[in-house]
Amino acid sequence: MDRHRDPLSARAWRAVGYGVPLAFLAFFFVFPLAEIVRRGLGSGGGESPWSVLTDSDTRQVLWFTVWQAVASTALTILVAFPAAYVLGRYEFRGRSAVRALVTVPFVLPTVVVALAFLAILPEGLQRGWAAILIAHAFFNVAVVVRVVGTFWARLDPRVSEAAATLGAGPWRRFREVTLPLLAPALSSAAAIVFLFSFTSFGIVLILGGPAYATLETEIYNQAVRVFDLRAAAVLSLVQLTCVALAVLATTRLEARLAIRGQLRSERDVLRRARTLGEKLVVLASLGGLALFLGLPLAALVERSLAVGGGHSLAAYRALTKPTAALLATPWEAVLNSLVYATGATVIAVVVGGLAAFAIARSSRWSTRLFDGLLMLPLGASAVMLGFGFVITFDRAPVDFRSAPWIVPVAQALVAIPFVVRIVVPTLRAIDERQREAAALLGAPPRRVWREIDLPIALRALAVAAGFAFAISLGEFGATVFLARPDRPTLPVAIFRFLGRPGELNAAEAYALAVVLMVVTAVSVFLVERIRVRRLGWF
Amino acid sequence: MTHRHEAFLTLVVLAALGLAGCGSPESPKDVVLVTHDSFVVSKSVRKEFERETGLRWRILQSGDAGEALTKALLTAGNPEGDVFFGVDNDLLSRALAGNVFDTYTPPQLGGVDPRYDLDPDHHVVPVDHSEVCAIYDRTWFTSRHLVPPRHLTDLVLRRYRGLTVVENPATSTPGLAFLLATVAHYGDFSWHTFWEELRADKVLVTDGWEEAYNARFTGGSAHGTYPIVVSYSTDPAAAVYFAGRKLERSPVAVIPDTCFRQIEFAGILRGARNSKGARKLIDFLLSERFQAGMPLTMFVLPARTGVPLPPVFRRFAPTISHPLELPAAKIGANRDRWVREWTDIVIR
Repeated sequence: MDRHRDPLSARAWRAVGYGVPLAFLAFFFVFPLAEIVRRGLGSGGGESPWSVLTDSDTRQVLWFTVWQAVASTALTILVAFPAAYVLGRYEFRGRSAVRALVTVPFVLPTVVVALAFLAILPEGLQRGWAAILIAHAFFNVAVVVRVVGTFWARLDPRVSEAAATLGAGPWRRFREVTLPLLAPALSSAAAIVFLFSFTSFGIVLILGGPAYATLETEIYNQAVRVFDLRAAAVLSLVQLTCVALAVLATTRLEARLAIRGQLRSERDVLRRARTLGEKLVVLASLGGLALFLGLPLAALVERSLAVGGGHSLAAYRALTKPTAALLATPWEAVLNSLVYATGATVIAVVVGGLAAFAIARSSRWSTRLFDGLLMLPLGASAVMLGFGFVITFDRAPVDFRSAPWIVPVAQALVAIPFVVRIVVPTLRAIDERQREAAALLGAPPRRVWREIDLPIALRALAVAAGFAFAISLGEFGATVFLARPDRPTLPVAIFRFLGRPGELNAAEAYALAVVLMVVTAVSVFLVERIRVRRLGWF
Repeated sequence: MTHRHEAFLTLVVLAALGLAGCGSPESPKDVVLVTHDSFVVSKSVRKEFERETGLRWRILQSGDAGEALTKALLTAGNPEGDVFFGVDNDLLSRALAGNVFDTYTPPQLGGVDPRYDLDPDHHVVPVDHSEVCAIYDRTWFTSRHLVPPRHLTDLVLRRYRGLTVVENPATSTPGLAFLLATVAHYGDFSWHTFWEELRADKVLVTDGWEEAYNARFTGGSAHGTYPIVVSYSTDPAAAVYFAGRKLERSPVAVIPDTCFRQIEFAGILRGARNSKGARKLIDFLLSERFQAGMPLTMFVLPARTGVPLPPVFRRFAPTISHPLELPAAKIGANRDRWVREWTDIVIR
């Protein structure tokens, strides 16, 4: 195909596809992180790097970090799978609302969610690894439901139907046909969930109790509480190494598993549930998920109403008044969040989209390395990166420490891996024959790209954009470091209220969390809708 | 390549470059206060400073007290702003060792209680104080006809078993202050025994104040199951002020001899761009106008003597005149070891 293509154009595009994401990552991720690690390793005092590495505490922390991340990923997939199946196979009223609503837990500040879990978990389950796993599943269900569900909805059901005609039972069809076809999306989602659980911070601190530590909490502890930057730097390197290994394994798996099945439009795949059995499956899957996600959220809503011994809207009314807790009104925080999220989404979709097209085109080891590199920000320590920003971008010409655009840039770092992981499997799954057929019919390469690749990618890009928007709305770790106090985001505002004594402040924090839930559901719903409507494909 | 594509390419490259090119220049009319999340100042007080001095007062908040100090230590000599507020006596030695501050002795210091003035060279000056204490839910104890604890030593009595929630001193400022309170009260080694007993009594340890107060304390918003919590002496006033209804009596009360004093300091950051403005800001932080506003915005008490307190504080917050104290140098030399020992006793 390449020989039809204008060689200059192809090369220029490849340069942009690799160049822009690499430059962005090198400048805003590798550079600051390398600075803080170099500074940490070079700082005197504390233990020697080797003794940190060989310490039995470090090994214990590493072991717990790995196994809880693996277990959380498995549990998340288990919980999310039935709903992903229903979204991938059936058409029903409120389908896009379900996709938007499922994103809500994903953006909530971990402290708020942890407190909500304390309110609903039975006493015996409130502390320990089980509570950590359940909360991780609650957070990350959205990733699996949306990534896998979207991909599933594009898989040609006739393949499975053909297998049925040939006498394969449902379990065998699932194992030998559906699962291999789903594998790329499944491994993408699993990689993201794994990284999120691997670097989990607030959940581990609160729901684990003081006896549990992950690499992330230990890095924070060394950097901020003990101020032993050397130990923090060594632990960050350990963390990055683990993350890099996990990422390389997944990208390799994903490239190997990619099956070029025929992707079809959702409209051809989805159908209404007809038999009673099918209706029950849809109802049970969605109902189960609604219960799992709904209970903690309901607890949050209840908390936001609990003021002065009874229940009332007092906290919501108080939100409209000027407050001493913030240098801005809570409603300005909503606006700030939306502005930052728009910026972060644009950056993430442009940079991540370019990278995804470059990655999907090749399966060379250098591309896999590039792909893995883009994932790293998800698995890096937020606190170390934050400190890296502070000591790196501190001198002209790169004194950005208080520039307002640094907030969406930092948020985009976390969102880009999502865009890549969501778009790449879809692009890889495009049947080469579709392109060849178009070329055979006389379409020039650019037109093939526009008519085949782009429309198929757009749906995935819309899902990715919705995610990027949600990530930015919910991002706390980097934002609290970088956002200016007169421009707080919603999670930052929630945290400020939570840190103040008195019933009304707590209720206002929860009320703002409810506002964040609504803003998220509505904006994710709209972001996905606008894309599909405007570009009018399907 | 068509022109459209070229144009798009150029746009992407330009956007990337443009993004990299714009910082935010600071005018010499700005004075920047670097502080932690809990810092609050009302709009009118802020405006008053700006009117008096003709300066623009900008505020940079970076995480909790520990995070903000770490940032200041990392940027010592090339700071993010001009003045730092929020280092307390527990972490003072670390800040002084990190050579973060320039010295400045403000004329206003004469009005400040000399007990709080811990740095004789005046790298930092005291701005406010607060007392970390064990507090209890009064309603919980009266409704069960139980006598609430009156002393630190009462907390390990059999009848208060399983009623106390404390914060982890490794991760929380009030948690650390309470550990220091036990060290100050029991002395260098006997504090171990207190905590061993408290552990045997099933004390609950939380990561931070938010969980302890909001979710675990019976007097918090989630009505938890622990009626005794480590928090602040101003809580009885805050509980009335933020009750959402009118109260004649505070629902929570302080156990006075469990209190440990925390003093928060401010200083001029070494390498400040606007050191003249920085001095004016320090002066203002010690002025009566600013000091009088602190109780209701930050729930801390003024370091200055003779500042009138708001009525809700006068009526509901007890005055802790003899809190437990430890010399800042002693805290600095032993803090990390004490926290490690505490972790071995209570967590492992």
